[in-house]
Amino acid sequence: MSQSPSLNTWSEALSGFYIGWLPLGLLIVAAVPLIFIALYALTYGVYGERKISAFMQDRLGPMEVGKWGILQTLADILKLLQKEDIVPTAADKFLFVIGPVIMFVGSFMAFVVLPYGPAFIGADLNVGLFYAIGIVSFEVVGILASGWGSNNKWALYGAIRSVAQIVSYEIPASIALLCGAMMAGTLSMQQFCVLQSGPYGFIHYYLFSNPIAWLPFLIYFIASLAENNRAPFDIPEAESELVAGFFTEYSGMKFAMFFLAEYGSMFMVSAIISIVFLGGWASPLPNIGGFALNEWTSGPVWGAFWIIMKAFFFIFVQMWLRWTLPRLRVDQLMFLCWKVLTPFAFIAFVLTAVWEIYK
Amino acid sequence: MSEYFSNIKTGATTIATGLSITLRHFFNAVKRKGDAGIDDADYFNQVDGLCTLQYPREAVPTPKIGRYRLYNDIDDCIGCCQCERACPVECITIETIKTTADDLAVCGKTSGGQQKRMWVPVFDIDVAKCMTCGICVSVCPTDCLVHSPVADFSEFDVRNMVYHYGNLSKIEVEAKKKKLEEEKAAKEKAAAEAIARGEVPAGRPAPKPKPAPGPAPVGGEAGE
Repeated sequence: MSQSPSLNTWSEALSGFYIGWLPLGLLIVAAVPLIFIALYALTYGVYGERKISAFMQDRLGPMEVGKWGILQTLADILKLLQKEDIVPTAADKFLFVIGPVIMFVGSFMAFVVLPYGPAFIGADLNVGLFYAIGIVSFEVVGILASGWGSNNKWALYGAIRSVAQIVSYEIPASIALLCGAMMAGTLSMQQFCVLQSGPYGFIHYYLFSNPIAWLPFLIYFIASLAENNRAPFDIPEAESELVAGFFTEYSGMKFAMFFLAEYGSMFMVSAIISIVFLGGWASPLPNIGGFALNEWTSGPVWGAFWIIMKAFFFIFVQMWLRWTLPRLRVDQLMFLCWKVLTPFAFIAFVLTAVWEIYK
Repeated sequence: MSEYFSNIKTGATTIATGLSITLRHFFNAVKRKGDAGIDDADYFNQVDGLCTLQYPREAVPTPKIGRYRLYNDIDDCIGCCQCERACPVECITIETIKTTADDLAVCGKTSGGQQKRMWVPVFDIDVAKCMTCGICVSVCPTDCLVHSPVADFSEFDVRNMVYHYGNLSKIEVEAKKKKLEEEKAAKEKAAAEAIARGEVPAGRPAPKPKPAPGPAPVGGEAGE
């Protein structure tokens, strides 16, 4: 694997940083995504979603706490911290407690392979993409544990629906990402970004440089909505039918952990789709004549900016879809997965293979 | 098979249409929907923009002809008690004291020029009971009882929903009552003296259906 010399410099320098026996640098590397998830879920995830949904419905959203309601999320967190942490007497205590933890850990562990720019990544695994797909689907275990452990019919229905949905949608999602892996010829997240960066900016992105890439791109985007239980595939939560789905019985900070996990994996799938098809931290601006826009907007800090902005754009699209589309029925959901997305994913797979051989 | 593809096509186009609608609303969120009322000509044209009204800070003004909280202008009230009698839910409580002859000037006139003959020490409206039917307003002879445009007057204690409009202090009430008693006593005394002298006041028949009431008032009161 050929690595350009400047790749991963910051995270490697940090990981070699010890105080005595304490690997402080490694702790910082692990803390960066954790703090990032918390901050992003606090600002864009909760407050942003409430505002965006409000604007799409001609409402104002939170307006009372602070100017334009900016401090609303902080007030919500204060409330959540003070709430009683109830474990129902009929619940399976162990599964009930471990469920949200597994879910959050699954969502958080995917951030290991997320490159925040060319200089910083948790671990530049050579099977990064494979690891990310696997670890994101690890959340299913947490969902099933909490739904089963709640000993509640709504929670169990929610969990079963969620598991059926996520396991089904793994297939088109994985095949679509496999198309991306075929275009790149690697599974390393950093190499995806390196291969798609170049002097002409967005022209190098697979979505624009490959005539077939739009098909796996669309398939993965739709499947990622289903994997995150986002609308229109939110039947595991389905407020109108199942109260709150698998987290019906949860309160206080355990409930907040579900939210953090959901927003964490929302960011993760958005980051994966922008890495595989839209160049990750590679700048979209092309060099035009004397204006080396691409070189000016490349670098460790710019890289973090670009990848976060791309992921935020896809999160916006997810929210936009959520406030547009009604929820699918269970059979419609399975129809879409098995009879539409999966065949089209196979077609995309074959077409990409043909293109990669004869281009 | 053609149905399969046409379904996909329909799905794609309808999703695109829906997305364009929500995005239009999203970008129109910088505007406020106009506040044209239902009787304005362009009421149905104002479809763009936010429609939230941040209530305590912004409010739709109540219509002028609406019936909301009652208000009594006590300076114009002649204490006729017609509103009290008209009220179907008995939410108005009035106590009056007759004005003595020398106090008529102090009691004053209504803004319509009518001489007031009653002090109104108690004029209570229980707005929690009031159903804003407006009958009291229609019977008021001096138009002093009106519906104000105030629609929001919630309280933490229901007892605060009783509005007091009486305009006499307790000391004044005592003084006026005493004065009225004195005047009455003086009149009765004068009448008794006139009868004793064998005179009947001119122009008025003798107010004596029973010549000797004797101890009747005490027994009568106990019996009632």
